[in-house]
Amino acid sequence: MTAALEQPLLQVRGVTKHYGARLGCGDVSFDLWPGEVMGIVGESGSGKSTLLSCLAGHLPPDAGEVRFDVDGSLRDTLQLTEPERRRLHRTDWAFVHQHARDGLRMGVSAGGNVGERLMAIGARNYGEIRSQAADWLNRVEIAAERMDDRPTAFSGGMQQRLQIARNLVTGPRLVFMDEPTGGLDVSVQARLLDLLRGLVREMGLSAIIVTHDLAVVRLLADRLMVMKDGRVVEQGLTDQVLDDPQHGYTQLLVSSVLQV
Amino acid sequence: MTADQYNFAYLDEQTKRMIRRAILKGLAVPGYQVPFASREMPMPYGWGTGGVQVTAATLVPDDRLKVIDQGADDTTNAVSIRKFFERTAGVAVTEATTEASIIQTRHRIPETPLREGQILVYQVPIPEPLRFLEPRETETRKMHALEEYGLMHVKLYEDIARHGTIATAYAYPVQVEGRYVMDPSPIPKFDNPKLESPAIQLFGAGREQRIYALPPYTQVVSLDFEDHPFDPSRADYPCAVCGAVDSYLDEVITDDAGGRMFLCSDTDYCGQRQAAGHTGTEGAP
Ligand SMILES: Nc1ncnc2c1ncn2[C@@H]1O[C@H](COP(=O)(O)OP(=O)(O)O)[C@@H](O)[C@H]1O
Ligand SMILES: [Mg+2]
Repeated sequence: MTAALEQPLLQVRGVTKHYGARLGCGDVSFDLWPGEVMGIVGESGSGKSTLLSCLAGHLPPDAGEVRFDVDGSLRDTLQLTEPERRRLHRTDWAFVHQHARDGLRMGVSAGGNVGERLMAIGARNYGEIRSQAADWLNRVEIAAERMDDRPTAFSGGMQQRLQIARNLVTGPRLVFMDEPTGGLDVSVQARLLDLLRGLVREMGLSAIIVTHDLAVVRLLADRLMVMKDGRVVEQGLTDQVLDDPQHGYTQLLVSSVLQV
Repeated sequence: MTADQYNFAYLDEQTKRMIRRAILKGLAVPGYQVPFASREMPMPYGWGTGGVQVTAATLVPDDRLKVIDQGADDTTNAVSIRKFFERTAGVAVTEATTEASIIQTRHRIPETPLREGQILVYQVPIPEPLRFLEPRETETRKMHALEEYGLMHVKLYEDIARHGTIATAYAYPVQVEGRYVMDPSPIPKFDNPKLESPAIQLFGAGREQRIYALPPYTQVVSLDFEDHPFDPSRADYPCAVCGAVDSYLDEVITDDAGGRMFLCSDTDYCGQRQAAGHTGTEGAP
């Protein structure tokens, strides 16, 4: 078991993505250790979503490597074949989209949404699928009697919680989240954050969370990367970066939050 | 234009060759949907232009053709397709399943077991079994290529969640030789066990331009859950005319007072049984 701790779960080196002449993100490198939550912050347009998409294999970077621990050895996920990559997305990885409807099947019941990942990896017992789905709906505080309702009938906060349950049900080893609390009312955000924090602690999740909201990373992230114009300008332990920002941009970011 | 200006079986030889190539590819990769360049046929799409093209490319002059629609040889659709090939190919026709070398069908598999050497041609409206949950063609193709079939079970899951049981009664999805998931066309699930057959089975979808196939004795498994196994259920009545208890039944309304009876949907099967002396409650001996 110690071997797993001696090696990062994810090793990112020199990831760069341009949109034409415009820089999406440039030369990003970091390690993510098992059980660690990495926050990526920065204002709108700083390249957070671009970076996350490159890491999760949704967008091919122009350069760089994204190595993931597969059976104890780090493999460059950008070199995986498409079947291997899709398999990774069904099993070890999960992606929580900012807009729940991008990550849910709106025509399928809540239970079916949660069960899909189980069925995708071969679950063929209806009763077991259903009880696991029920368990997960309970964990994200969706009432059991809503299990057979479609997410179209759910509030934004419920949809987002359903998306989280759908992603976590198979116990993924790495979770990507893009602005998971974005677009929700403040009170709804607080409840979702609370829930996420509970899950992160309980499950020992390894996650990369993109947000423009420093309150989110303060609560969830062990470490922080601050991005500006596609570059990482500062990274470190969350408390250190937020309480004692070194880079001028981070100082601005932190102080503007304090004013809110 | 008179009948003798048509090429044999209406389609030109070039087109038939193209369709035969698709059929052979389909037979080589059971359950895989082969794209083909569907031709305009002198009938609307809903009338089974895919099946008609497959039949046209398969027919030879000494074939004997049977055409059924929902099991019956005498519906408008069946009659006009049969006439079409009588006129354009001059082939013999029959209503007897045992006498036919090629059977074109819409929505049924004959009750009389098929035998080696026979060809069953299905008219298929929607060939893609994954369409229900994934509308993107690029994505469904990828899912077939990578055997990502979890979605099919999501569909069955939704069925059970909503109805307490797998309510899909027609076009019940199957997996072929442990590989491709296939839509057997809108046959009743009662017919699914007959998909494992000594006959060659060819499926043609005209509007969607797809052909797929099952070679003789191919393994065909209806999808299900361990705790909700596939059940090819049948209405629990005998046929009112021939007394059959093993055939698929149509419910027929007999009067304005809600009177009804159940009859074999396979008219040839029912007729053969009556000729052999079997009767049901309504059967005139
Ligand atoms: N699809 C795209 N095409 C062109 N430019 C894009 C595209 N997506 C993002 N960008 C640009 O890349 C930069 C980073 O964007 P993005 O990664 O969305 O930032 P963030 O998520 O931090 O708001 C911005 O300048 C943005 O305008
Ligand atoms: Mg973004």
